[in-house]
Amino acid sequence: MNHHENEIGWLLRVRNLTKVYGDPVASTLTRTGPKYDSNICPDSGAIVAINNIEFDLYPGEVLGIVGESGSGKSTLVQLLFFDQEATAGQVYFRNIDEGRTNLLTLSNQRKRYVKNHLMGMVYQNPRDGLNFSFSSGGNIAEKLLMAGTFHVGQIRGRATYLLTQTEVPVQRMDEAPGSFSGGMQQRVQISKAIANNPPLVFMDEVTSGLDVSVQAKVLDLIRRLQHELGISMIVVSHDLGVIRMLTDRTIVLKHGHIVEHGLTDQILQDPQHAYTQLLVSSLL
Amino acid sequence: MIENKKFQSSYNYGFIDESTKKEIRRKTLKAVCIPGYQVPYSSPEMPISRGWGTGGLHLTLSLIGKSDVFKIIDQGSDASVNACNLRQFVKMMTGCEVTFDTAEATIIQSRHRVPEEILTDQQILVLQVPQPEVLRGVERYEFRTRQMHAEADYAKMWVSLYEAYVRFGTMMRGSGYPIKVNRRYIATPSPIPRWDVPNLSMANCLYLFGAGREKRIHAIPPYTRVEPLEFEDVKFRVEDFPGIRCSASGQDRAFMDEIFDDDGGRKHVINDSNFMDKVKSGPRPPQRLFTNPR
Repeated sequence: MNHHENEIGWLLRVRNLTKVYGDPVASTLTRTGPKYDSNICPDSGAIVAINNIEFDLYPGEVLGIVGESGSGKSTLVQLLFFDQEATAGQVYFRNIDEGRTNLLTLSNQRKRYVKNHLMGMVYQNPRDGLNFSFSSGGNIAEKLLMAGTFHVGQIRGRATYLLTQTEVPVQRMDEAPGSFSGGMQQRVQISKAIANNPPLVFMDEVTSGLDVSVQAKVLDLIRRLQHELGISMIVVSHDLGVIRMLTDRTIVLKHGHIVEHGLTDQILQDPQHAYTQLLVSSLL
Repeated sequence: MIENKKFQSSYNYGFIDESTKKEIRRKTLKAVCIPGYQVPYSSPEMPISRGWGTGGLHLTLSLIGKSDVFKIIDQGSDASVNACNLRQFVKMMTGCEVTFDTAEATIIQSRHRVPEEILTDQQILVLQVPQPEVLRGVERYEFRTRQMHAEADYAKMWVSLYEAYVRFGTMMRGSGYPIKVNRRYIATPSPIPRWDVPNLSMANCLYLFGAGREKRIHAIPPYTRVEPLEFEDVKFRVEDFPGIRCSASGQDRAFMDEIFDDDGGRKHVINDSNFMDKVKSGPRPPQRLFTNPR
């Protein structure tokens, strides 16, 4: 398949992305999935976290990934953010070699460059995304330093701007995030993720640990920042309310397979797959 | 007391057996080839406790020959107990000449100082290093620090400098200031004062760093670029001694020790004892002095 076109419309292109834990055998990929209602290979015991995932993400678009626990949502974004290594597949990014190079084949140093300059990640648990032995400003500084800003004045100026944007009191910039509430920690994480103005940000269950009123504030913030900065996002959630509020398009995952893919409104209003229907009906 | 004769007749030249010396030399060569990279080595047992200069002693004894002239300094002093013991040991095990004079020595072993006097391309400075891993303060896991070095991922180190500056308004590290060697690896120069750090860059001599307890060797070959980590707007500075003169020699422009008297008064003396003796009795030896940015 020719992944490259003369004029690239997409920002991120994912093809045949697969992740298997354990030792797979020839039948592992064919004997798992929604059809078998399991992602554990009966022959080898290997776990197929995601199997043959394909999608495109367009500039400025917010793509939702929804599914139950263990469906492969978090694994998918962790593979795209290089937190884990894929078993197979291709990932192309428009900003790297004009989308000609499979990112999964890059050296670790080059992957780090892509992560630091072109991507941001907000984890479900702030401890995964923030270093609690550094101050909040230090955490934002880390992202800026990784991308080559070595000017303390500029770092502090940028951190002040980002914390203001994310409604974290600037006077607490030099405090460790451990002394912050959960919602504030998530907002610091968001500041860190967008510190370098990356074209792509991943959000993995960002509101899961927060109470409803704080959830609403964080979602409002994400929506506002996305709108103002025009960042492309991949939002992972098991909460269809979050997906409805934030995303333009949605992928529904089950046992590591895409079972439905379409515009978010369409999927929520008129779900086609039985599993999606179950998800939507449980929401309503 | 153990007689020298017994050592001379029963022990190998330079105490360490030849195959181990060969291994240390091979690792030293590797360290020289990859400036700033920490090379693991065997670190054999020595007749002193680990942490008392075993790394330095391994390097010294693997390199020293009968024609070498050996000098050892401990925090600038030729006369500390540790320096005297190691000097006597090296002399006993090699029979080589020992000296207090920096210019005369071919191998200088040092704890926590680089001599004030400029070293030549005929000299090797062996530094004793307690903790060779510059990233240990920001990352406790060894496998991660190795990965960070491999990928030149030094953001955490930079953040620690940023945090120190934000918290205290100054670069707080008094010793062991992190350096970038040959524009690649970040390394620790051992706990030398900031005063000595500029002397590591483009030096005539070979610097070897031995950490016996941690089993690591790293090196700065002659004429290698060494840069202390600094921000664009917060520059590296060496210690200031404004208006302070050595109470023994009357000289300034050297790293000073502050000494308190019994009656509560204080005075300063030049830390490098051989340099102080020289400026006291004759012309000032050649020195490289760093000017702090305004």
